[in-house]
Amino acid sequence: MAPYDKPETPIIASRRDFLAGAAGLVIAVSLPVRARAHKGGHGPSRAAFAPNAFVRVAPDNIITVLIKNIEFGQGPWTGLATLVAEEMDADWGQIRAEHAPSNPALYSDPMLGMQLTGGSASMATSYDLMRKAGATARAMLVAAAAKAWGVPAGEIAVDKGVLSHPAGHQGSFGDFAEAAADETAPEDPPLKTADQFTFIGDEKLPKLDTAEKSNGAAEFTLDVYRGGMLTAVVAHPNRFGATVASFDDSAARAVPGVVDVKQVSAGVAVLAENTYAALKGRKALSVEWDESAAESRDTETILSECEAAAQARGAIAHEAGDVDDALANAETVLEADFLFPYLAHAPMEPLDAVIERSADGGVEAWIGSQGTTLDHQMIANVCGVDLAQVKLHVMLAGGSFGRRAQMTSHLAQEAAEIFMAAGGDRAVKLMWTREDDIRGGYYRPVTVHHLRGGLDADGEIIAWEQTVAGQSFAAGTPFEAFMVRNGVDIMMVEGASETPYAVANNAVSAHIIQNPVSTLWWRSVGHTHTGYAVECFIDELLEAGGKDPVAGRLALMTDDYARLAGTLEKAAEIAGWGRDMPEGRALGVASVKSFNSYVSQVAEVSIEGGVPRVHKVWCAVDCGVAVNPEIIRAQMEGGIGYALSAILFNEITLDETGAVEQSNFHDYRSLRISEMPEVEVAIIASDEAPTGVGEPGVPPLGPAVANAVRRLTGAAPRRLPMIRNDFQA
Amino acid sequence: MALTLKINGKDRNVDVDGETPLLWVLRDDLRLTGTKFGCGVAQCGACTVYVNGQPRRSCVTPVETLEGAEVTTIEGLEGREADAVRAAWAEYDTPQCGYCQSGQIMTAAALLQRNPNPTDEDIDNALAGNICRCATYVRIRKAVKAAGERLEG
Ligand code: FES
Ligand code: FES
Repeated sequence: MAPYDKPETPIIASRRDFLAGAAGLVIAVSLPVRARAHKGGHGPSRAAFAPNAFVRVAPDNIITVLIKNIEFGQGPWTGLATLVAEEMDADWGQIRAEHAPSNPALYSDPMLGMQLTGGSASMATSYDLMRKAGATARAMLVAAAAKAWGVPAGEIAVDKGVLSHPAGHQGSFGDFAEAAADETAPEDPPLKTADQFTFIGDEKLPKLDTAEKSNGAAEFTLDVYRGGMLTAVVAHPNRFGATVASFDDSAARAVPGVVDVKQVSAGVAVLAENTYAALKGRKALSVEWDESAAESRDTETILSECEAAAQARGAIAHEAGDVDDALANAETVLEADFLFPYLAHAPMEPLDAVIERSADGGVEAWIGSQGTTLDHQMIANVCGVDLAQVKLHVMLAGGSFGRRAQMTSHLAQEAAEIFMAAGGDRAVKLMWTREDDIRGGYYRPVTVHHLRGGLDADGEIIAWEQTVAGQSFAAGTPFEAFMVRNGVDIMMVEGASETPYAVANNAVSAHIIQNPVSTLWWRSVGHTHTGYAVECFIDELLEAGGKDPVAGRLALMTDDYARLAGTLEKAAEIAGWGRDMPEGRALGVASVKSFNSYVSQVAEVSIEGGVPRVHKVWCAVDCGVAVNPEIIRAQMEGGIGYALSAILFNEITLDETGAVEQSNFHDYRSLRISEMPEVEVAIIASDEAPTGVGEPGVPPLGPAVANAVRRLTGAAPRRLPMIRNDFQA
Repeated sequence: MALTLKINGKDRNVDVDGETPLLWVLRDDLRLTGTKFGCGVAQCGACTVYVNGQPRRSCVTPVETLEGAEVTTIEGLEGREADAVRAAWAEYDTPQCGYCQSGQIMTAAALLQRNPNPTDEDIDNALAGNICRCATYVRIRKAVKAAGERLEG
């Protein structure tokens, strides 16, 4: 039995909730039952066949799959198209993917009720939906062929996009695209069973977007150029919570190419005929800031505030047994504070947005929009038009890691405000520089974990007390209603309020401590810190109790975590856990369930120049049916690299006046290829419904490295980033 | 100032502030948008082009210094090394978000021109200036090696 209650997690759908939520959606997208013919698309004169909101079949035999989730590297284009191709028995060469436009009625996340990509949920929320969309299309194409050939539909076979009948009939999907539009969509087309899969699980299936991402053709928001477009950059305040008091734009306006300077909520925008003029104009601008409500403390003070709060129990997230009594009677008590800094996401493409007036008086926008429905609403509000008059194109984005979905839609707001302030008739491209990105807030929040653990005389863990103190980015937003319960932000304690380990007496609690620094979900959200604190502390307790880190974990994992145990056994096996290590090297291990996927990692580490060097990471992942094994491996590799960058090097600090000290990649250092470990990934075979892989590769990496460092040096890295320390092996 | 630039083998006339970094002339004036902006301060490599065959950070290269120089961008990158790199990139499905990949490919092809048989260390040294926030590094390493083998074979 699980030692903890299952927290309610609206963003992360359980399988059951997903199906319950999806039912309404599937019905909605199946309407009208009679298929609609769709003019345009491929084929200039003939109509494409669009059996539902997700699939278009053109007379030229191209199948376009509309993807409800944004593609910024995690693979939904290929992944969701795989599901459609599978059920259609298509040829992979005829498959294309494109982003679905913003349309919450058709493309909402079933759990959130809005179009938003997050929680590593793209595959989980699409598995049934997209297969059904494909099966529907196939059934209607087959029905059209049956009519044309005068044969029973059941006698028609489909293979690699070719329909055929034993009597010698043969045709392509394209041949029947027009006729299929007149067929009735089946209510419940049968879906394949796993043994019939040809695309799902294919190790060699090429991704759909590799070619265009290898020749410069892939179009990102920054690459959108509209007629008469102005480029805008914004002077933002140096301190969080500051506002514009006054500004002098005479020098900025004197820069050739600068067209306008306008105040908006976030600062002062300089609009110019080209990017360089906009940047030069911004440099020439002088702005006085009102800092009366601004954060003026340094990060040490903010951290100390959290650390002090974490010493006393907070709002209860989970409680079982009597932890105070157990700690009082424990043979050994261990105590540790873990300190986590602000982190910028630093996606490779800094934030950007394009907006212009459309012919009908509405607006058209191009954004790598992750919080699509929120952005759509924001643009309509700021521009004073109806939702239906906003056409929002979801663009490929150069990474996000959470940064492109904000509860506040501040990017869409800034772009729309500039567009309107400049008159609302010329197209505007808003561009953030890397400095804007690093200094612009929306960070992973500063968080402190205070842990106390108790062992009995046999070295068994009998008490676990964990107190989390930090900022909540849900509090004060519309997300608060379902993310914050009884003073606990579920995203602060996910991975701590429920852990894999059976400990009879425990208390997990939280303190929400707000300040003006804006914060946000960062790849794997709460697990970025809860995974680290839990997996480092359990390792310390096991060591104190004389237990092996792998065997000790396995012994404590509850039945609900059998799949996590499976990944731990596998990771240990491929890493050769327990083998003799070369001088100066050690292995560390960690296991974290996040977003309903299970990942264990073993890291081989040495110390070079006082800094951990990670040579290799062995990773085992169980994410249900492995739809695209190579994408799963790539996401584990990428998650490991992204996490390693953060735990080794990254922190955003504020100086003693509250100003951000970092500005670009020279002082907010990104992992480079020379620092990237070798990675070996094992995927656990499973027929459970698939779950996500964009985030779950991140959480175990930090604690796996930290546990190896502790073994090597005797010093537990409890404050991140690790580069703060000068480790001696 | 009016300038004639030789971009991907063609003469292109532009009239811009001479201090403008090549990156913005390529993008804003010539609409060659495959060359990306990542940092603007020569830290990330997303803006890598060739100037007279050598990799260069276009974000810190004033366009006025390029009169008469030959500039190659990702759109014009061709030849044996480029073909081998792109084929290997496809084999390993290297790109994730794809935003850094123009720079990675430009740098990788330049490495293979100098050294068709690079070790892991050669690859790490040559590509250490190209940040990939998606950390596609494992596949970049494999793909560059495979491209080298393709060239040798
Ligand atoms: S944009 Fe030129 S090196 Fe980063
Ligand atoms: S592929 Fe995304 S930054 Fe490299």
